[in-house]
Amino acid sequence: MAFAIEVVIGGLLVGIMYSLVALGFALIYKASGIFNFAQGDMTLFAALALVGFLTVLPLWLAILAVLALMVILAMAIEAIVLRPLVARPPLALFMATIGLAFLLQGIGQGIWGTDPKGLNIGISDTPFEIKGLMVSQFDLVGAVLSGGLVFGLVWFFQKSRTGRALRAVSDDHEAALSVGIPLNKAWAITWAISGVVALVAGIMWGSRLGVQFSLSLIALKALPVLILGGIDSIPGAIIAGLVVGASENLAEVFLGPYVGGGIQNFFPYLLALVVLWFKPYGMFGREIIERV
Amino acid sequence: MTKENGGQPLLRVEDIHISFGVLKALNGVSLEVRAGEILAVIGPNGAGKTTLINVISGVYRPSEGHIFWKGQDITPMVPHHRAGLGMARTFQNVALFKGMTVLDNILVGRNLTMHSGFFSQGFYWGLAQKEEIRHREAVERVIDWLEIEHIRKTPAGMLPYGLQKRVELGRALAAEPGLLLLDEPMAGMNLEEKEDIARFILDANEELGTTIVLIEHDMGVVMDISDRLVVLDYGDKIGQGTPEEIRRNEKVIKAYLGTARKK
Amino acid sequence: MIYRECGVFKASYREDMAIFPIPLDRWGVIVILGMAFLVVPFLASDYWLGSLLIPFLVFSLAALGLNFLTGYAGQLSIGHAAFMAVGAYMSLILYGRYGVPLILSLLGGGLVAAAVGAVFGIPSLRIKGFYLAVSTLAAQFIIEWVLTHWKWVSGGVFGTVDTPPMQVFGWAIDTPVKKYYLVLSFVVVLTLFGKNLVRGQLGRAWMGIRDMDVAAEIIGISLFRYKLLAFAVSSFYAGVAGGLITFAYYGAANIEAFHLTVSFHLLGMIIIGGMGSVLGSFFGGGFITLLPIFINQFSRSFGTMLKSDLLACIELIIFGGLIIIFLIVEPYGLARLWHTLKEKLRLWPFPY
Repeated sequence: MAFAIEVVIGGLLVGIMYSLVALGFALIYKASGIFNFAQGDMTLFAALALVGFLTVLPLWLAILAVLALMVILAMAIEAIVLRPLVARPPLALFMATIGLAFLLQGIGQGIWGTDPKGLNIGISDTPFEIKGLMVSQFDLVGAVLSGGLVFGLVWFFQKSRTGRALRAVSDDHEAALSVGIPLNKAWAITWAISGVVALVAGIMWGSRLGVQFSLSLIALKALPVLILGGIDSIPGAIIAGLVVGASENLAEVFLGPYVGGGIQNFFPYLLALVVLWFKPYGMFGREIIERV
Repeated sequence: MTKENGGQPLLRVEDIHISFGVLKALNGVSLEVRAGEILAVIGPNGAGKTTLINVISGVYRPSEGHIFWKGQDITPMVPHHRAGLGMARTFQNVALFKGMTVLDNILVGRNLTMHSGFFSQGFYWGLAQKEEIRHREAVERVIDWLEIEHIRKTPAGMLPYGLQKRVELGRALAAEPGLLLLDEPMAGMNLEEKEDIARFILDANEELGTTIVLIEHDMGVVMDISDRLVVLDYGDKIGQGTPEEIRRNEKVIKAYLGTARKK
Repeated sequence: MIYRECGVFKASYREDMAIFPIPLDRWGVIVILGMAFLVVPFLASDYWLGSLLIPFLVFSLAALGLNFLTGYAGQLSIGHAAFMAVGAYMSLILYGRYGVPLILSLLGGGLVAAAVGAVFGIPSLRIKGFYLAVSTLAAQFIIEWVLTHWKWVSGGVFGTVDTPPMQVFGWAIDTPVKKYYLVLSFVVVLTLFGKNLVRGQLGRAWMGIRDMDVAAEIIGISLFRYKLLAFAVSSFYAGVAGGLITFAYYGAANIEAFHLTVSFHLLGMIIIGGMGSVLGSFFGGGFITLLPIFINQFSRSFGTMLKSDLLACIELIIFGGLIIIFLIVEPYGLARLWHTLKEKLRLWPFPY
């Protein structure tokens, strides 16, 4: 029984980290109506940059440098990719982000190399005990950090003026333009925030798994989290992340041995499919009503 | 007036209730559509006219009420089956397939009458080829009739609004429907275009015998071409009858028509 | 003036609706087919036949399949390589384990892929847009797992299964030329079939669903039937392509060959080549298949031999960059550019 709880807790902690990545998606969607397929590769890019900078800079400076880089990247993306496509349907923008994903993959690995790298930010991995249950220290720190960032972002979007403007942009960007909200600034800010989220996710996951190509695949894990929760719902991303993390772990540990293992790769997708059938816009997503 | 089905109306709508959230769009609306007539549905914006058409064609499910087609209850029937009964419609916001040519758009309207199988189409022989040619001929008749030959190969998305509306009418007519539901077919047109469309509607009704339900705001046209009218106001039916009767109906005048100011 | 349409009068609807109504087009296609069947095998080297033309044809076929689903019917699918994998393994099992004749095995692989595709298409009846796109990823992961973990499929050997020597009606298919003919025949027949499908009732119904599905439904197009048909047909083409590439190129069925990246390549092919265009699928297929070669040749001509790692990165950059560029500049892809070129040739050398 204790083992099962440990599995659940482990899953929940990992789940929060999924939520973080899913949040990156949800934020960009919420603020620009664009589904950014490149989020995972932005994460990889950020992690690669960090490792690269760490060879010449101390930890905190390196993090700041990557932060600056991500902001510049966001502005470049907005100017080169998004602005020309502003009048096009969302599906076209989505495909552009697929192109962007490959672009970032290529650039990042071209500059910093494709061999796996370690990322050590000083948090040890030794598990410690809470009430007789073993919990990974690393996972706990990751969860706390992610949770903090999540709350910060939620506050920003709900309470601040910029956040409100960004929400208006996502709802109808042409209408937002017409009331004077500077679209390009709004988009640049959103992508910059997303870049920051990517950086944090990159640090967390990079330390956990090493910085290599498979990091971008974490985003693929976050996708079912995203659609499970509803792509424009922040609480949805959080709850769905927890659900997916816990259930994926449980499934792998308890069902896995019967069917040969490796379930965790597709289990979240299966779960998302089942839920979507009953709730086509995710658990908390906004339904899109077409007027005929 | 044709007396088919033992004098039963072609379409009967009975006590339809439907809400969107807290907004009650239709509040117990009932009406009859008689075969061969032109019935106009009028009322201020937001009265529920389009909603009514959507309920009839099956896009919306009413929370209460029934719809009868030639006496048969079709309330649970899905939209694409209702089309099979012989219902066709146009939309308030032009719902053409923007990526396809005018010809293809109208050909789609004949989809239900096409029966060739998958393999026959793939090899373009036998039944599929004969059908394509036969339907092309039928569609060309519609195109002739609507005087849009010159744009038949143009992608629909590139046409001016007035022509798009005409193509949409063509698509609906191509299905050779028994009942044609038209949602503001003349919106945004100038006088000449409106006269053209009015002529087409009348011709369809007289020559082809198509029953027509028409939503329209231009009272001149409506009074001219309709056999009967139904008036909706905020989800309620507040009047029905011939154009003469409606013109004199007090409730309707107050809600919608208005009266001429006495000098 | 070069590309003439004037003087071409069609006297009947039959002529207007022929598959290639303009004589110049018709002759062009006949010439290309003639060259493909009669000239190329004798002039091209084994390397060209085996390593370039065969993958080009096969991936164009798979891209055509995806085009049916995404370009014509408007259902975005980003896990399509999985259906190629189904066809690959299935055709191998039919031929290698049960001795079904090769052509039937390849078609059988396609049919099984079609059935699987239809099942994964069921969500499209309720789910739309991005939600649907992500759920097509489910197909990619679930199928990958099933093919590698289900003993009946993988035969106890994890991942790779070699193909036995091929033969059709007693002829051994062992040289690149013969493999080329096999692949070419399948691709030509299936492409013509597909072209007829999309310019008829089925294609129109699909495009209606793509452009405005509510209206299409009201007109009488059953979304259920046509969406599932789109998934089935597109998966059939992918499955046959998967079988073809397994037998005629890789020589073995390996799940790695149908990884998620391949799905993205297929999507890239139809974006760059042209969505909703049969010709576009071939433009895209050719482009993506030949891209690595060009980059290699290009770098070689500059005297430097790039490391394979760096080469891979450059490919990624160009692939991603081109997708973005095409979306911005020519969203209908190379096929539209070709069409525009033909339009210009109508007038050239006259200025207007």
